[in-house]
Amino acid sequence: MLALTILIDGITYAAWLFIVAVGLTLVFGVLRILNIAHGSFYALGAYAAASFVGWLVGADMPEWTTVAILPVAALAVAAVLAPLTERLLLRPFYGRDEVLLVLVTYALFLALEDITKLVWGTTPYYVFEPYSLFGNIDFGPLTYVGYDFALVLVAVLCGIGVWWGLNRMRTGKIVLAVIHNAEIASSMGVNVSRIYTGAFLFGIFLAALGGALTAPMVSVQPGLSVGVIIISFAVVIIGGLGSIEGAAIGALIVGIARALAVHTWPAAELFSIYIAMAVVLMFRPEGLFQRIQARKI
Amino acid sequence: MDDTVHRHAPGRAPARRQLAAGVAAILVLMGCAFVLPRWLLFVGTMAASHGVVTLGIVLMMRGGVVSFGQGLVFAAGGYAAALAGMYWGLSDALLLVAIGGIGAVVIAAPFAPLLSRYRGIFFAMLTLALSMVLYGILVKTTALGGSDGFNLSRPTFFGIGVEADQGNFAMYLLAVAVTGLLGLAARVYFDSTRGLVALAVRENELRVEYLGASVRRLLATDYIIAAFLGGVGGALTVLALGHVEPNFSYWTTSGEFVFLAILAGHHSVAAVFVAALLLELVRSFSALYFPNTWQLALGLFLLVVIRFLPMGIGSLWSRRPAARPASTGPTA
Amino acid sequence: MTAPILEARSLSKSFGAVVAATDVSIDVPQGQRVSLIGSNGAGKTTFVNMVTGYLKPDAGQILLDGRDITRLSPRQVTRLGVARSFQIPQLAAELSVLDNMLVAAACNAGAPSFLRPARTPEAIDAALAILERFDLAGHAGRPVRELPGGVRKLLDIAMALVGKPRLLLLDEPTSGVSVDEKFPMMDTIASAIADAEIAVLFVEHDMDIVTRYSDRVVAFYSGRIIADDRPEAVLADEQVQLYVTGRRKHA
Repeated sequence: MLALTILIDGITYAAWLFIVAVGLTLVFGVLRILNIAHGSFYALGAYAAASFVGWLVGADMPEWTTVAILPVAALAVAAVLAPLTERLLLRPFYGRDEVLLVLVTYALFLALEDITKLVWGTTPYYVFEPYSLFGNIDFGPLTYVGYDFALVLVAVLCGIGVWWGLNRMRTGKIVLAVIHNAEIASSMGVNVSRIYTGAFLFGIFLAALGGALTAPMVSVQPGLSVGVIIISFAVVIIGGLGSIEGAAIGALIVGIARALAVHTWPAAELFSIYIAMAVVLMFRPEGLFQRIQARKI
Repeated sequence: MDDTVHRHAPGRAPARRQLAAGVAAILVLMGCAFVLPRWLLFVGTMAASHGVVTLGIVLMMRGGVVSFGQGLVFAAGGYAAALAGMYWGLSDALLLVAIGGIGAVVIAAPFAPLLSRYRGIFFAMLTLALSMVLYGILVKTTALGGSDGFNLSRPTFFGIGVEADQGNFAMYLLAVAVTGLLGLAARVYFDSTRGLVALAVRENELRVEYLGASVRRLLATDYIIAAFLGGVGGALTVLALGHVEPNFSYWTTSGEFVFLAILAGHHSVAAVFVAALLLELVRSFSALYFPNTWQLALGLFLLVVIRFLPMGIGSLWSRRPAARPASTGPTA
Repeated sequence: MTAPILEARSLSKSFGAVVAATDVSIDVPQGQRVSLIGSNGAGKTTFVNMVTGYLKPDAGQILLDGRDITRLSPRQVTRLGVARSFQIPQLAAELSVLDNMLVAAACNAGAPSFLRPARTPEAIDAALAILERFDLAGHAGRPVRELPGGVRKLLDIAMALVGKPRLLLLDEPTSGVSVDEKFPMMDTIASAIADAEIAVLFVEHDMDIVTRYSDRVVAFYSGRIIADDRPEAVLADEQVQLYVTGRRKHA
């Protein structure tokens, strides 16, 4: 019974982790940017969801719309902020030291922390309506919320969708070409600039989607971004920066490790994840599924 | 030949002059304790403590790596000092600061050989992960107060106990003296042959190896020195605040130190402390006047510095490593 | 007869399907000037990388003055008296020419000091002395990134000489240098090392330079040595003309 609990907890948590972290690995894979502000866009997605759902409830709209609006909220955040960010903040620094770009995203994170507070204030928002829409599921003596399982479905769809998009669709193959060698892709006529903007947009959408889908599960308040970014880093580093499959495996590893810790050794819950991250970095710094080759001397 | 030598070598005399100026500056700053208001002394103490931690990051940056996990040594130093105070009954401030530095080195040193093999993002992420591991351990360790941490009673200064209102005064003097001396030592190190080799490592590691020096040993040693500086800063902070908590090791704390390092640049020791002072002043005012926009201001400021002053504010007044030429064209 | 300074015995090296070296054997006596020729990808730089420890051969041995250095790292090989310059100059671009030389001296001296200032008159004197021999003293204070290619190459070589090596490997010393500058540059290099008993191996594509500045030519093709003799003999060799130089018209 314990094993089953751990497995279910692990998988549901892993699903959440994957949705939240896949955008981060995608943006690194295509643009070689480790985006610290990823957590900020996640938070913005949550806040946008809170606002949109609030309006729907206030307008007495049918219940199913509160769920359907969540990806829309994410899209809104991405559509407004991603192109601006990419063009104004990131583009001037392309080709420079990768750590420098991390610092630029750190500056963005700082700025967005306050911008979020200025727009939405500091009191928490509660967006519980969508959460209860999927009912409850019983596994013997245990009861689980249907929403959490719906997330598993979303995670699987996301994963398959991104994988299929990259490997089967024409645009995806162009993106892969850019990932492997932007210069050569450019000389073959690919508009690399547009690919970067598009990839960044999609990555931010995924981050915001993670936030929007999480909004019904937590209280939406300042500080959301701070915890999410660090756990996303752990997932993405373990799986390998730039790898979608890696993000999935990383999410599973972190999810199950956490579930294991919570049920058997609660004190280890927090640091077990970071120890896993540190251990992977020590022995396979490129992660378990490194797709992008680390630069050789 | 003599002409050329004088053109390029600062020689012994100016170096001594520089040190003398540094000592004078420290004494002046200490003298300020008698005229400045208490709150400003506290700000100064915080600036000194955070500045010395940042100095460690700057040291490593000169070798070409950026640590995103100085929170590890900052927390280690803070907890070491606090625990020594609580369980060993030690109360002398200077002793506790030294214990903080040594404690941080003990925690960090085992990782030095490992970390010296990584660069760029992987170095940053590994240091980050290590600091978060400590954070996770501290939060869940109830004996250490868990996520609330614990308080520390007021320290003594060379056997003299101080009243509540004198605490700021004494801590300020200690902080300025200790960090000032460490800053001077850092300046000597920057100007030494090893300091110059570190800059070359940052530019071209391969060549340094091909010249016969061990890059890994240099980076590992720098990491340990930075750990000591971080531990000293942590201990000073804890003594000034009277409190220690796991947040010292959280990634946002480390992020602030990196922010300061970028702001200061890696050529001037003074710039590090100036930057730290600026940040502390902004932090003090912000709580009162603009609690919801000061991080925005910091973020924008960081972007401006990265874009327009890539060598940090220190580049505004500090000479670049290239020695001044007399015959060739205008170069810095 | 003194032992050769360098003995390479049956070196082999492959990168997957690419064979970079097969059965490469060379003995270099002390003080000899040897040029290594061959088209791109023939194995010359791989050879240099193996001798200096950057690559480990799959098979074979490398002896320096009788001592096995096959498995040593570049740092260890350098400390034994081998120095190398690079096809693309490897310099600290933000530092000045003088500082680069000071770094070379500091690394050569063992563990660099924490206390001793970098720019003492003695250290600067020593650095300037070497720079003088390369006609670079005038550039001493300029940051390297401002310098033209030819000057950088000379600095690259000057730095290699700081450690007073017994064996010097130069990887394409005149590549990227304009035609009229090549000979003066080689003259500068030759006179800078003329007074020492240094054995020099240099990779070169220009046959006029090869003829003028080396006592011996080793020709590579597809990872093998196809000729090893005096310049005139090698350049007249059929295989060398086929694979490396092209048919030479008689002067």
